[in-house]
Amino acid sequence: MVSLFGDLDWGIVAEITLRSLKVSGLAAILASTIGIPVGVLLSLYNFTGREFLKSIFNTLLGIPTVVMGLFLYLLLAPKGPFGFLGLLYTEMGISLGQMLLVLPIVVSITATSIEQVSEEIYELALTLGASRAQAVVKVISEALPGIVLSSIAAFNRAVAELGIALMIGGNVFVYGGLANTRVLTTAIQMHVARGEIDVAIVLGLILLSVVFAISWIMNLVKKWL
Amino acid sequence: MAVIELRNVVKDYGQFKLSLSMEIERGITAILGSSGAGKTTLLRIIALLESFEGEYYFMGEEASEKHRKKITMVFQQPVVFRGTVLDNLLYALSLDGNSSKEKAEEILEKLNLLEVAKKKAKNLSGGEKQRLAIARALAIEREVYLFDEPTSNLDAENASIVEKCIRDLAKSGKTIVIATHNIFQAKRLSDKVAFLHNGKLIEYGETKQIFENPKNELTKKFVSGDAYY
Amino acid sequence: MARKIVILALAILVITFGLYFYEQNKRKELKILTISTTTSLYDTGFLDEVARIFKEKYGIEVHFIAKGTGAAINDAKLGVSDAILVHAKSKEEEFMREGYGVNRKIFAYNFFVIVGPKDDPAKIRGSSVVDAMKKIAEAGREGKAIWVSRGDLSGTNVKEIALWKAAGFDYEEIRKEKWFRETGAGMGQTLLYASNEKAYTLSDTGTYLRFKRAGKIDLEILVDRGEELINVYSIIVVNPEKGNENFDLAMKFEKWLVTDGQEVLRGFGRDEFGMPLFYPAVEVLEKKIEPYYSWIAKYGFINGSECPKEYRYRAEEYGIAFW
Repeated sequence: MVSLFGDLDWGIVAEITLRSLKVSGLAAILASTIGIPVGVLLSLYNFTGREFLKSIFNTLLGIPTVVMGLFLYLLLAPKGPFGFLGLLYTEMGISLGQMLLVLPIVVSITATSIEQVSEEIYELALTLGASRAQAVVKVISEALPGIVLSSIAAFNRAVAELGIALMIGGNVFVYGGLANTRVLTTAIQMHVARGEIDVAIVLGLILLSVVFAISWIMNLVKKWL
Repeated sequence: MAVIELRNVVKDYGQFKLSLSMEIERGITAILGSSGAGKTTLLRIIALLESFEGEYYFMGEEASEKHRKKITMVFQQPVVFRGTVLDNLLYALSLDGNSSKEKAEEILEKLNLLEVAKKKAKNLSGGEKQRLAIARALAIEREVYLFDEPTSNLDAENASIVEKCIRDLAKSGKTIVIATHNIFQAKRLSDKVAFLHNGKLIEYGETKQIFENPKNELTKKFVSGDAYY
Repeated sequence: MARKIVILALAILVITFGLYFYEQNKRKELKILTISTTTSLYDTGFLDEVARIFKEKYGIEVHFIAKGTGAAINDAKLGVSDAILVHAKSKEEEFMREGYGVNRKIFAYNFFVIVGPKDDPAKIRGSSVVDAMKKIAEAGREGKAIWVSRGDLSGTNVKEIALWKAAGFDYEEIRKEKWFRETGAGMGQTLLYASNEKAYTLSDTGTYLRFKRAGKIDLEILVDRGEELINVYSIIVVNPEKGNENFDLAMKFEKWLVTDGQEVLRGFGRDEFGMPLFYPAVEVLEKKIEPYYSWIAKYGFINGSECPKEYRYRAEEYGIAFW
């Protein structure tokens, strides 16, 4: 164990950890930017196709990341339909892939947390003299902790998933390289395959700490809200 | 002129149907009846929260969205917003274009809630929540105040505080409608009583007349306390 | 408030586009070579070393994507990679026959090993490969031994299938038998499984040595000699006519691998494991060092050459000769 720790290059560990934060952070932010409005729309407005859309998002909730990864890989490969974007084996590629993966989480948690409060808060706001628009705003603001939760859940899922990071990122690592894509999960998988279980465990603990830290900070934010 | 005038108002839920005409004037009107009589539905129609068939005139005008600003309603199951007790009041006040903290605190004091002003509203007890809901309604200036079972979660002391507030409102010339199944409360508080049964207005009159000289057998049974539906 | 939210959302989208174009531009300025490689080679760490050298010496970023041989070939077909490093001759031949690959060079070899529990219930220690396979099947049928196969059509699995065939068994038939287990997983997982089950399996040297040194497995090398066990690694460059825009860089990499790279290969892992993980193949081919030359020729050549004429493409411009 000790000798393996000696092998561990903390500079590389820091680089990989920061990349995980950056790539999955962007994924969660993008998914929130798109998913929260969609969740609000799905929960507050009646339109044709609403139930259909909802069921699509609910189905996508459980999609295995490897399936998603494979699918995106075929789309993004240079000879695939979206190959011209040059996204395969890039950080942005992972971010966008993870964004698609976690979008249903954001949509469905947002929609559920709004639906839980919508009726009674909406009516209460009306009885207190709010216009319909003000009442909708109040409903959304009441659902805010749930919406914040949807973003954390999205980040946690993104940072902990392997399929997309591996298929779209490729676990590229060059010492001193400027276009690396190795993140915590792909590094863990690689070290396990290489029999360097101890390194994998250290990286796993870092991943857990990241998830805990983010959840903890977000809980503070939730309280402050 | 009646503040509220309902003409042939019908709300049909299929297995339950509310159908009545009535006029409500300033002062305190109690809607009396057992649960399932249609009291809440009636209040919700008056509060413009419910669609219905028939005609509804508010101070002589056909009631519409714009009259909602003249009415407020306190639900039986109190709903509170996130944030503190004070935040809840300040939100209501802000919708009224008034965000005076003094006013909020004055009302909290009145309803015995000042001690919990800084507490998260979600963490209050049932009784405290109900008083908060009432405080929120009292904070805003309205023509008509609707209370659905306002003291159902309260102990005797707090119930009498709430009843005093309601009386004060009436004294200042407001129109108050309380839905209640409590005959004693109706007797204590109201100027007029409307007795509802199965969605129908069975009898409507001065409180004294309803309790001392009911014309209908159902009313008689109910006000004598013999009937528990 | 609604306006603020819209502005925030727009800002996020603009920043994302900015990041995207920044990344794409940066990649254009960098010299990036993408090479899909078989996992067993990648997991030795040899390619990490190669990538480091290329970055430091030439400023070229070599991106190695680790996959099974089949998936690596698929990568190349989809235009993802500029070259592949693989070790399954039949698949390589097909890849070139279809016109995707050119200029195949054998650059390294090592030996697969048959590993098993220390007490060796099938008594294969010191046997020839064919005998060992026969003994394991026999002991297996008697319920005394277990064989673990990767069953994933990786290079190692392809080798295993050939070994069963050489011993007179049909892989498709025996894989149905009770003593025959399949993991469908990588070499490391398969070794861990075999160790737990006290079973025999076929492994590449690199993975076995790393797991053994880390104390993760309780298996020993029982058969390591024999031409049948030779494992030949080659590089194939993706045909520019199939859209490889990085042909020039890929050829320079190939050139390095069969010249300077040979020395790196020779030294790699020696200190760590006490034995080399790979042997450089170029000098064996050049000087016809026996018996390895014959073995490589037998198990690594296609129609008598590492790269038949019809699969060569402007290699002489890079000073590369074929054997």
